[in-house]
Amino acid sequence: MSRRVVVTGLGALTPIGKNVSETWANALAGKSGIVKINQPWAEGLAAQIAGLVTVDPFEVLDRVSARRMDRSTQLGVIAVKEAWADAGSPDINKERLGVFFGTGIGGLSTVLEQYDILNSRGPDRVNPMTVPMIMPNSAAAMVGLEVGARAGVHSPVSACATSAEAIAGALEMIRNNRADIVVAGGTEACVNRLAIAAFASMRALSTRNEEPELASRPYDINRDGFVMGEGAGALILEEEQYAIKRGAKIYGVVSGAGMSSDGYHIAAPEPEGAGAASAMKFALTDANAKATDVVHINAHATSTPVGDIAEYKAMRSALGGALDNVVVTATKSMTGHLLGGAGAVESVFTILGLKEGLIPPTLNLDNQDEEIKVNVAKDKPFKLSSGANFALNNSFGFGGHNVCIAFSKN
Amino acid sequence: MTDEQIVSDLAVILNEVAGVDQSKVSAAKSFLDDLEVDSLSMVEVVMAAEDKFGVKIPDEEVKNLRTVGDAVAFIKKAS
Repeated sequence: MSRRVVVTGLGALTPIGKNVSETWANALAGKSGIVKINQPWAEGLAAQIAGLVTVDPFEVLDRVSARRMDRSTQLGVIAVKEAWADAGSPDINKERLGVFFGTGIGGLSTVLEQYDILNSRGPDRVNPMTVPMIMPNSAAAMVGLEVGARAGVHSPVSACATSAEAIAGALEMIRNNRADIVVAGGTEACVNRLAIAAFASMRALSTRNEEPELASRPYDINRDGFVMGEGAGALILEEEQYAIKRGAKIYGVVSGAGMSSDGYHIAAPEPEGAGAASAMKFALTDANAKATDVVHINAHATSTPVGDIAEYKAMRSALGGALDNVVVTATKSMTGHLLGGAGAVESVFTILGLKEGLIPPTLNLDNQDEEIKVNVAKDKPFKLSSGANFALNNSFGFGGHNVCIAFSKN
Repeated sequence: MTDEQIVSDLAVILNEVAGVDQSKVSAAKSFLDDLEVDSLSMVEVVMAAEDKFGVKIPDEEVKNLRTVGDAVAFIKKAS
């Protein structure tokens, strides 16, 4: 493997922070970002809680640009701006700069808004920017415009595995010498009446409406579904020698990626976690690592009754007895499930965890499901040993998409 | 409405839709060349102008509206 890929910039806009430093500090402090949705439109919904971003995009972005973006794109661009600046706004030949950025749901809020306008005011009042705002590649394209990328702008769409798949794609893009820097990540902002009704109709959401902070409880015996969150994560991936030459700050190494598909069901995970286990094993192989190298896993762990168990079985199958020496965390207990933004935000947590040797705690794990036999960081940040070097981040999506990204400190 | 009032109202719309500096808007300015209003923004400007002035500006007319002054003349004629 001649072209190693490192991380040189991070961006995050989440229900627990307006940027990476605030998000990370709140993650270590075990702060919940889940709140009651106090909006008239939430009345009558089975689930009335969510993880909400508190930044107003119109106060951060140029106003005219912002009004041409769906909220999902707005959040994505804000996270990318942070990551790009964090990487030192590299002065790179744009032919060598790529983007891999996705969303799971995309511009649904804009669809709803324009559909209302269509019905109330007629077809000639539908906004001419509707198509560029709702197309699934919209966030990627706007990110591409933001940084001026010309090596290629790509937007994987794989539900809740989207932004992990984007990181995997970015890794390949650099390894294959198509680019020296790739902006990777993903975003989501679909906390609206239809999306919540639809996910609730699948019985996928927690309905613990009176105790929002307790609702996202991965691995706990009383978990009852995930809590939807909105937000975005961005990572600047860079060829190692290129980064060293320009004197970039290096957070860590993207040492491998594994992807697989369940071939089982459109929404339910394969109950034995076989597909997810394959993705984890592929990631280890790709990173040239062994099961015993793994010290930490940022799990997908959405807090659904079936999903958490299937993932446990996958982890056990992929790592065997070595899993007993791994500390797992489920940061969705704080952020909620950022869908297309989840993989990127959780990769930010994984990288910072390795770099600082601290793993954010999992909230609400009062009674761990006895079927899930893993060591979970809880109550306070877990301190990694000084030699700890290698971690995995799992992301799985409706449709049976499984992605595992491997990170190392050196 | 006077020409000046229409120009001033159009300037507000151009600023809102396309971020055009209101002080740069005058009758002689071309939407595309001087004010850099692209074709998609122009569609939105037309929608807002139709609402504001209570007129209908058909697509075949829009292409004749090269300058702000052209738009003012059309709006006065149509209203």
